[in-house]
Amino acid sequence: MSGQATAHAAEQPAFRATLDGACSTPVLVYFTSAVFWLLIGTLLGIAASLKFDMPEWLGTIPELTFGRIRPAHLNAVTYGWASLAGCGCLVWLVSRLTRAPARWPGALLASAALWNIGLIYGIGAILLGYSQSVEWLEFPLPAATLVAAGFLLFAASILGTFAKRNVEHLYVSLWYAVACVVWFPFLYVIANLPIYSGVVHGAVNWWYGHNALGVWFTPTGLALAYYFIPKVIGRPVYSYYLSLLGFWAFALFYNWNGIHHLVGGPLPTWLQTISIVASVLMVIPVMAVAVNHHMTTIGHFKMLRESMVLRFTVFGAMCYTAVSLQGSLEAIRSFQQVAHFTHYTIGHAHLGVHAFLTMILFGAMYYIVPRVARWDWPRPAFIKVHFWVTGTGVLLYTIATCTGGWWQGLVLNMSARPFIDSTVLVKPFLAVRTGSGILMGIGHFIFALLYLQVLLRQGSPRWGGSQP
Amino acid sequence: MMFIRLWLFFLGVLATLFLGWAALVGVPGFQIGAVPPQPGLRNYTFEQAHGREIYIREGCVYCHSQQTRPTGFGSDQTRRWGRASVPGDYFFDRPHLLGTSRTGPDLLNIGVRQPSRDWHMSHLYNPRSVMPQSVMPPFPWLFEERTSTGPLDAVVDLPEKFRPRPGVVVVAGPEAINLVNYLLGMDRSYRARE
Repeated sequence: MSGQATAHAAEQPAFRATLDGACSTPVLVYFTSAVFWLLIGTLLGIAASLKFDMPEWLGTIPELTFGRIRPAHLNAVTYGWASLAGCGCLVWLVSRLTRAPARWPGALLASAALWNIGLIYGIGAILLGYSQSVEWLEFPLPAATLVAAGFLLFAASILGTFAKRNVEHLYVSLWYAVACVVWFPFLYVIANLPIYSGVVHGAVNWWYGHNALGVWFTPTGLALAYYFIPKVIGRPVYSYYLSLLGFWAFALFYNWNGIHHLVGGPLPTWLQTISIVASVLMVIPVMAVAVNHHMTTIGHFKMLRESMVLRFTVFGAMCYTAVSLQGSLEAIRSFQQVAHFTHYTIGHAHLGVHAFLTMILFGAMYYIVPRVARWDWPRPAFIKVHFWVTGTGVLLYTIATCTGGWWQGLVLNMSARPFIDSTVLVKPFLAVRTGSGILMGIGHFIFALLYLQVLLRQGSPRWGGSQP
Repeated sequence: MMFIRLWLFFLGVLATLFLGWAALVGVPGFQIGAVPPQPGLRNYTFEQAHGREIYIREGCVYCHSQQTRPTGFGSDQTRRWGRASVPGDYFFDRPHLLGTSRTGPDLLNIGVRQPSRDWHMSHLYNPRSVMPQSVMPPFPWLFEERTSTGPLDAVVDLPEKFRPRPGVVVVAGPEAINLVNYLLGMDRSYRARE
């Protein structure tokens, strides 16, 4: 059977190296631009946080006012860093899992180019005052169109590779990868249509805002975790049936979550209620994934000492469980009554996009980059520093903003206390947040430096294609 | 092999997204998309609409909500921020500015709660001139610095330490004037009709 022959051939390191080589250039282009946007986004985030500590700092420069750099930060880290790094990882992952070379590398390069032009246009527009002022959808239409075109080319390549697959069995990571490249273009285009107004626009905004995480960022992170945890440990995923349950429950419930961002607002109560119910139902797919990931890891914790890839990935997978359960809790009305409108939400967002997704992306890149660049990471000790500095930073960030935010919410709800009390009490927490942001940033710069050294082929070329 | 056929997999993927869209966007769009404006609500004047664009440009939405919650949910009612808002209050809002943060207070009825034009001018030029503990950014670029003023100039009342230089007075520019026009027009205190 030729299928078996191919499968057998695929076990060979040489065949894997061929696959890695075929996608090398586009993957590295995605990664390089992702790292660039990570640094830009980090600096914007730290600057935005410092503005709470020193409101007059850079206060005479319109382009650097808080209301502009905050959305610039969000767009740089989500559509710049996380999306482009996710694209690079998925191109490589889908090629590996389908045992087929990535299709249309030229289209992928065009995708990265269009996407980056869109980012420069969009983030520049926000800073210059041309934002749409709709959270997660700030980009003016031309910039959003460029990003959408970039995504469509990427999706076409992923589906093209998938169509030419040389495997019969479709591993769970592939379901997430293929589903998210189908979902996201619909979501992004529908949400960007300039046809909404009033409260309906609010509903579209948060249907999109939550789904951007649900149908793009989270599937990317889960696809990578599902791949790397069993891969590095060297044992199969705990339960195949749980991964099926996890995937379909995820697909079904996540899409209904968005309106929990507007609980208490002027939307119909039934609409808020179904989003709350769906958010709580998310416990099902989250626990299915959690049991699958953690039961695969259990008993192999000492490998976390050896493999940096596994260490970042398992940290991210644990934070996925934590942030998802927190999210389900947060959607409940009595919890929202305190946490909504406060810095608690900001803590939750960073636990998700950073502690879960970004840490998994770091882990994946530590695995993928040497294989596509054919050059090993220099200075392994620095990778450990990256892990500890960034990991400590993001956990401290979450604790500071969630604790401060909760207290802020309690005081906001006491009408005997003047509003300004909620501002004053949260200030020390926000100062801690700035410090933890700087810690995360130090890790990001170390990572960028190591990545640059690989690109410049510095350090020892001891890449043998074995160690994870 | 996923225990189902591939076409069924893709059908499921599309169906789950469509179901979510239908529930959160399609049906609500049908239900509240046709809601008429509240009888007391007026469209923004040209000046207010310009002020709203400044509000959008400076990203005010990242710290200020424009939605008031009902009795029993938070302190909006006991703080007298205005009755619970309804879809008809937002008929002319494009884009919506409902907001998700109250780093600063809700502004849906700020024109009722703080009707002083002078206060808003000083506050926008430098929030700490009227509220020492505020963390709101200053917006000096909406204003002009003058050494002499004419009768039509809106001079901003500022304590000495908040003036840019001795001998210089700050007057409101067109953008500050219209932003304040917008804020003063934020009034949903009319009785809501269901």
